[in-house]
Amino acid sequence: MTPIESEKVQQLLEMLIGKDVYIHLETTNGAYASHLNEKAYNVGAYIRNAKVNFSQAKIIGNGNSFRVGLKIDWGWIYAEGLTDWTLHNESQLLLAGHDREGRLMVALHISETPLGE
Amino acid sequence: MMEKHVVVIYPHPDDESFGAAGTIINYREQGVPVTYLCGTLGEMGRNMGAPPFANRETLSKIRKKELVDACSELDVDLRMLGYRDKTLEFEDRRGVAELLKGILEEIRPSLVITHYPDYAVHPDHDAMGAAAIEAVRMMDPKSRPTVWAQAISNDHLEELGRPDIVNDVRPFFDKKMNAILCHKSQASGILGQFQENWATDDMKEAAKKQLGKEAFYIWHFRE
Repeated sequence: MTPIESEKVQQLLEMLIGKDVYIHLETTNGAYASHLNEKAYNVGAYIRNAKVNFSQAKIIGNGNSFRVGLKIDWGWIYAEGLTDWTLHNESQLLLAGHDREGRLMVALHISETPLGE
Repeated sequence: MMEKHVVVIYPHPDDESFGAAGTIINYREQGVPVTYLCGTLGEMGRNMGAPPFANRETLSKIRKKELVDACSELDVDLRMLGYRDKTLEFEDRRGVAELLKGILEEIRPSLVITHYPDYAVHPDHDAMGAAAIEAVRMMDPKSRPTVWAQAISNDHLEELGRPDIVNDVRPFFDKKMNAILCHKSQASGILGQFQENWATDDMKEAAKKQLGKEAFYIWHFRE
């Protein structure tokens, strides 16, 4: 993945508006957080291959870290802390946020076909 | 006692290298066959390499290759069980145990190494260990292998007492380190934590202090 180029990502998001797409949305601080630091909490959530259709999509940020909001029929999809992006298999838009050590903290993937197993 | 065949049952690519590589190497040097049953491909790990070279969609393929390389370094047979990372505790435990039992009855090992349920920190470790112990429990008591369970939680010494088996694997540490380093996407992230704990510039020294002993509890079946 490479640092987010927000104009390119914005263009790709707009191309996906109004289409049925599959989403992977995830945040995690790892399964060892409270093992390594007793004051820390293990927190994480993911949803994989949820099928949605969004009518509005924006990426907004300060040049290093970005937020993405997708407006869907009955609500929103939101991710914060996104730093890097790539096009996987030439068509799947992958956005992720990594910490200083390169560990994944948040991910948002959008694809017109179901994401791999 | 000379073992006939050792089966290691853990959920993630790299659990075998961090947790039991020295023990495995020792058995292989004695000519004892070792088979690793690896539950998942670790596809939900958050280490992506440092700097990152993997992403969530490529990680499963990358970790599969790393696992194959590490098992080649350790000279063990590998079977991948095909579950998904972080979901093992939500699978039907009996179903996982039945799958493991079938494999154990085929291999007929004298020793099974797995995680100690509820003292193994990661939910997949706890679930895989519980299923492995269930699998052995379902076997005919006369043909059950010995089970060594590995506890890694911070409270395990207080709660469980001293481990029954403590293998000093420092004589095999170069090879253990090679196996760990096969897991390129994971190794630096995990080893870096040891370096912080031990305040040394030498990653291998820090790793040896943290991972130079491999400890297990003998599981007692109550019937």
